[in-house]
Amino acid sequence: MIRGARTRLRRAAEPGPAGLLMLLGSALLLIVVAAVVQGISPDRLLALTVRGVMLGGILALGAIGLSLIFGVLNLPNFAHGDLMTVGAYLSLALLALIPDGAPLGPFSFSLEFLLVLALVAPTVGFIAYLLDRGVYRPLRARGAAPIYMAMSSLAIALGLRSVVYLGWGADFRFFYPGRPRPAVELFAGIRVRPDQLFILALALALIALVYLLLERTKMGKAMRATADNSELARVAGIDVERVVLFTWMIGGGLAAIGGAMYGLDAQMRPEMGWWLLLPLFASVILGTIGNPYGALAGSLIIGVTWQLSSAFLNPAYGPAVAFVLMILVLLVRPEGLFGLRGRRA
Amino acid sequence: MAILEVEGVTTGYGEMEVLRDLDLRVDEGEIVSIVGPNGAGKSTAMKLVFGLLSPWSGAVRFRGQDIAGIAPDRLVRKGLAYVPQVSNVFRTLTVEENLEMGAFTLTGPLEPRKERVYQLFPRLYERRRQRAGQMSGGERQMVAMGRALMLEPELLMLDEPSAGLAPMLVDLIFEKVREVNAEGIAVLMVEQNARKSLELAHRGYVLANGRNELDGPGATLLDDPEVARLYLGGRP
Repeated sequence: MIRGARTRLRRAAEPGPAGLLMLLGSALLLIVVAAVVQGISPDRLLALTVRGVMLGGILALGAIGLSLIFGVLNLPNFAHGDLMTVGAYLSLALLALIPDGAPLGPFSFSLEFLLVLALVAPTVGFIAYLLDRGVYRPLRARGAAPIYMAMSSLAIALGLRSVVYLGWGADFRFFYPGRPRPAVELFAGIRVRPDQLFILALALALIALVYLLLERTKMGKAMRATADNSELARVAGIDVERVVLFTWMIGGGLAAIGGAMYGLDAQMRPEMGWWLLLPLFASVILGTIGNPYGALAGSLIIGVTWQLSSAFLNPAYGPAVAFVLMILVLLVRPEGLFGLRGRRA
Repeated sequence: MAILEVEGVTTGYGEMEVLRDLDLRVDEGEIVSIVGPNGAGKSTAMKLVFGLLSPWSGAVRFRGQDIAGIAPDRLVRKGLAYVPQVSNVFRTLTVEENLEMGAFTLTGPLEPRKERVYQLFPRLYERRRQRAGQMSGGERQMVAMGRALMLEPELLMLDEPSAGLAPMLVDLIFEKVREVNAEGIAVLMVEQNARKSLELAHRGYVLANGRNELDGPGATLLDDPEVARLYLGGRP
């Protein structure tokens, strides 16, 4: 009785999702105030917010897969950022094989770029699945502790990056070097590059597609079920091996496109994915580990905060801002925005 | 005719032996209840049958076929369904999605099967769009049983279906077990609530220290003074 009452008391004292949102809101407000104090114009803040949403879209492409993979396989995939890198460089390699077409409308890329994306996504998804067959599945079969799985993914991350170094060197790379990428006025003096609007639109379209897959198809529901309770999934007769295949195909494919979009927005270098890993994990934790919709919400919050902070901080500190947010969430509400209390009860 | 036979199985976890020389049998259309004190190996016996644990020696047969150590998703196709004691629903999925997951291995239309489950548990129909994690313990037990019944199994295995439920709900769940059985589905269950489950069962097994202690018709076991003294709360 006393223990029950005490638990209730403690629950009342702990912040719920609303509390966490308020905390994040205040953090954001603090950033905005700091920016205004330093004389940053509202226009620029608005423009940064728009950029933040776009960055959030790119992060979401990685974070949704990272969250799904953690949910289904119980694997914190440290190689996820490097899957993004591989996606970007594989796109670059394929583009080199095709003669450049004329730029598509206001965009800096040509039609064949879209074709390349459609090829690269399933390829990287399948590479990720092969890595699972070769490394993670034997570990799972032996009942390896999570730390071994995590360390293996770290080794794979290093391996993938080394391949990229070997193949392309350490220099910055562009999909279409030399092509002008002028910004156009969107509204109210906010200037963005058309490419960035494309990135946001593609990210949103893919996220909508993933939503439909998870909610409407049998395989999608089985993925959510396995992420929810993998032991029960097995007992219920769900073909968990097929769920694993789909999870890697979707997670790896989204990461590849996310990486290519990141490269399209700025430039590519072999460590790009590695530096995205921290914001990715921050997004996943913020939105509750294993919950793909939470990962989307987390990505948008991280993306906007990152960009806004660049108004007065060196943009290189962006990942650090994500890191601070992650620590805050872990301290205040480790189960994230959408976590259920008392999972084991 | 026996649907399920466990013959002389010894098994355990790692080095630790939990079951020794265990015999169990479930005949067609029967409700069989396994009772016994904590740590007697009741749940381990269920896991053994459902392939979550391999026998060190002895045999497990379903309809005469050896099923020892066969993966759960293949057992499900053979007509065996299992409801674990804890975490037995997908909390973030709706009631309806939970039922659909029970029928993952099937390709045909699911509506008639859902209809049957909803007939058995009208409460689930009212709540079909709700997430299972938001439901009460009794309702969750119904979701778990409904999920298992989606496959229209020949044998339904229940691990402590009444654990943690209020007395009224215990009666309700046992009543549902009776209804399921009336449709010709054999039931093998493990129960702490020895008296109620033996009243319901055609036959019962009393397990102690991982061995068969006693077995026989449920009513006979209830009348056995030794069983009463040990497991039914001291009343003769």
